[in-house]
Amino acid sequence: MLKVLDSAVPVACWSCSIGHNDSTLFCPHCSKIQPPPGGDFFSVFSLKPRLELDLESLEQEFHRLSRKLHPDRFARARENEKEWSLADTALLNDAYRTLKDPIRRTGYLLKLTGAEIGEENAGRDRKSLNDPSRVPADLLEEVFELNMQLEEMRMSRKMGEQEDPDYKPNDEDVKSLVEAKKKFAGLLGDVDQDLQAQWKVWDAGDVAARENAQKKMVALLDRRRYLSNLVRDVTETLGEK
Amino acid sequence: MAEGRVVGIDLGTTNSLVAYMQGDAPVVIPGVDGLNLVPSVVALDPAPADGGRATVTVGNTARKALIETPERVIYSVKRLMGRSLAEIQDELKLFPFRLADDVEAGEVPRVQLGEMRFTPPEISAYILRQLKRNAERFFGAPVTQAVITVPAYFNDAQRQATKDAGRMAGLEVLRLVNEPTAAALAYGLDRANVGTIAVYDLGGGTFDISILKLRDGIFEVQSTNGDTHLGGDDIDNLLLAVALDEIFAEHGVDLRGHPSAVQGLRKAAIDAKIALSTESVARFDIELPNGDRYQREIPREVFELLIEPVLERTSGPCKQALADAGLTAEQIDEVVLVGGSTRIPAVRQLVDDLFHLAARGKKPRTELNPDEVVAQGAAVQADILAGASKTTEEMLLLDVTPLSLGIEALGGGVAKIIQRNSTIPASATEHFTTGVDGQTNVAIHVVQGERELAVDCRSLARFDLKGIPPMSAGLPRIEVRFLIDADGILQVTAREQRSGKAAEVEVKPTYGLTDEQVESMILDSFDNAEADFAARLLIEARNEADTILAAVERAPESPAWSQLSAEERASIAAARNRLSNVKQGEDLKAIREATLALDQATRRFAELMMDAAVTTAIRGKTMDEAGEEMGEAVTAPHAMAPAEFK
Repeated sequence: MLKVLDSAVPVACWSCSIGHNDSTLFCPHCSKIQPPPGGDFFSVFSLKPRLELDLESLEQEFHRLSRKLHPDRFARARENEKEWSLADTALLNDAYRTLKDPIRRTGYLLKLTGAEIGEENAGRDRKSLNDPSRVPADLLEEVFELNMQLEEMRMSRKMGEQEDPDYKPNDEDVKSLVEAKKKFAGLLGDVDQDLQAQWKVWDAGDVAARENAQKKMVALLDRRRYLSNLVRDVTETLGEK
Repeated sequence: MAEGRVVGIDLGTTNSLVAYMQGDAPVVIPGVDGLNLVPSVVALDPAPADGGRATVTVGNTARKALIETPERVIYSVKRLMGRSLAEIQDELKLFPFRLADDVEAGEVPRVQLGEMRFTPPEISAYILRQLKRNAERFFGAPVTQAVITVPAYFNDAQRQATKDAGRMAGLEVLRLVNEPTAAALAYGLDRANVGTIAVYDLGGGTFDISILKLRDGIFEVQSTNGDTHLGGDDIDNLLLAVALDEIFAEHGVDLRGHPSAVQGLRKAAIDAKIALSTESVARFDIELPNGDRYQREIPREVFELLIEPVLERTSGPCKQALADAGLTAEQIDEVVLVGGSTRIPAVRQLVDDLFHLAARGKKPRTELNPDEVVAQGAAVQADILAGASKTTEEMLLLDVTPLSLGIEALGGGVAKIIQRNSTIPASATEHFTTGVDGQTNVAIHVVQGERELAVDCRSLARFDLKGIPPMSAGLPRIEVRFLIDADGILQVTAREQRSGKAAEVEVKPTYGLTDEQVESMILDSFDNAEADFAARLLIEARNEADTILAAVERAPESPAWSQLSAEERASIAAARNRLSNVKQGEDLKAIREATLALDQATRRFAELMMDAAVTTAIRGKTMDEAGEEMGEAVTAPHAMAPAEFK
């Protein structure tokens, strides 16, 4: 999905013709806006890829760059500058949206390193929740039982083709679901802590330590996605929003 | 004149306004009648007997025709903007929209107005052109660039339709701004800008909720939600339905087939609604065609019970917006109320409950006129875009897309590629390939919405990636870039990566006008009366001169005339003669100056007349013609004021 472009090719500024490295939003010589540079989302913020970020200064930099790049600043500019302002700001916004969220940031960095990461929001096929190959091994038994229960409750709610608006699950079912939800939400919290520990390892580590951390994080993200889908499913079946 | 003024326009369901930045404050530009609000009503005058062309009128004049010739008038057209025939079926039950009967599925519906037919963007273009003219008259210079506001929850098609309307009216639309965000800009002008605010915008036909973070002049929208199908019109319709049912039950009269009677009843319902914001009871008293009277008292409690389901529909979007922003009600520092419907006490109570305001010793912000605040915000944004203004140079609006963008996947599911509430401009890149050897086309279906199945979302566009070099199945790698621009409108580009060939993309909107259609609908192209700008200004100046001269001609009939001194009468006579002389000349400036001079000479007379008219009005007697004009124009500086000249 995302690609890393080599960014060391010098190009000439469209305005002042002086050559510059193309990973820049503005010409270092004449300050004019440039076409979207290559390079990753981190480089938009002049950062090296890393996982622990100071969100406060990320936001400040986002605002500073927005003030200079936003199409509102180019409403009466030449067509090419308008176009680059739009493309550059889209890049800035995409980068900020990805980096400010810890899970998206982790997934993005792992993709940069070549890992295959499932999509956080791809489809909602319930089957995958039952697919044994995707269930974390330690949870197999519990998940199987929970899914049976969820399926039964969905069946009784859906009398034939129509949703039954007055359907209320019985108290016992609700109680066990609430407990299951609590448990899985707790496991989700554990995953987040484990992830944060790996961030530190990756940020500080050498090549070997990083590769090791990457593997662990790929597995953690898989587990996390599975757990959060499960929690969402339970929440929806409970009729909460 | 590319660098002329940029105006801000609120193109509303019920009323429209145009505003601009005067120094460091936004100012709404009044129309010829001295009023700031231009009713979003368009009427086609009856064709002249001599076979000339029927002309289109907009605003208060058009509204007057609503009772007499309802079949030649249209209002609330915003509800039809960017919507397909199938989508507007519900509207048709409640509004007297008469669709042309030859519209085919997939075409933009056309409204029958007398003997002519117009698409919704064309109707809106007439309103925009009126606002443009009001501004040009005010500045004495052409206006060609504008910022237009739209409901935050408008989808791609509704936004595009609004932009098309601007183009038809001869306006370059520099930006579409979301209405609640515009209101936040107007409120944020003069305050220390740190905090989190919610804007609750319940207008005539649409509801929006937006949550923004303010920091050092940056207005960053966190989340937005709403319903493009919910507003004061729905309340009017409820009252109207109750009255129609009762009239049928009690008097055996079914008014539903009588458009002008329904219009009269609707007006009474609106008056009752407005009265109930300040009174504890409102009354219907209407004469029926059979001579009976329908009399009915509506206590406020009954009204509130009736409209509760409508108001309750705003709760869900508010809660969802809070959840999407990751905030609780307690974390909202201020709630700003926008839109005429927020004058209803029950709405204010609901907002108070939703955001726990009273419990925290807070009140919703209402100090700016809820009818004008959106236009004022549009003027602020216009100033930001024009640049070079000290007041707004530090301000920047970062808005979001209200709906997720997705692609229909195999099996009819939706793969979301840009999530709702992403800051715009936003982009996503997807890769596609072929499924059959030698395939040269790939079809893509883009949808907007939150549902899981493509059929439940709004279809935005279907397009073919054409010109793919023939290769084995799965080998081509077509990169498609989806970009939502700063107006919230989608742009698509594609390229085949293996061969480096740019695939030809033809983005066919599922619904909407093509570029060529818009071009052919540009108003000047069929409005023959439209001469060049200077000639038009001259004609308008002469019309204004005629208006004031006619008023002065009638002046001696008024009792107020006798209160003037001989000197005052002499100076009026002198100014009148001067205007009569220059009026037929070509000197625009001289006509305007003479008009202004006569206006000033008659100022005291107008004040005397206004006093008399107010007294008459209070006594409840029929107002004379002058008084009637004035009665509607209480905000006008001068009963006979032709305009403000710069």
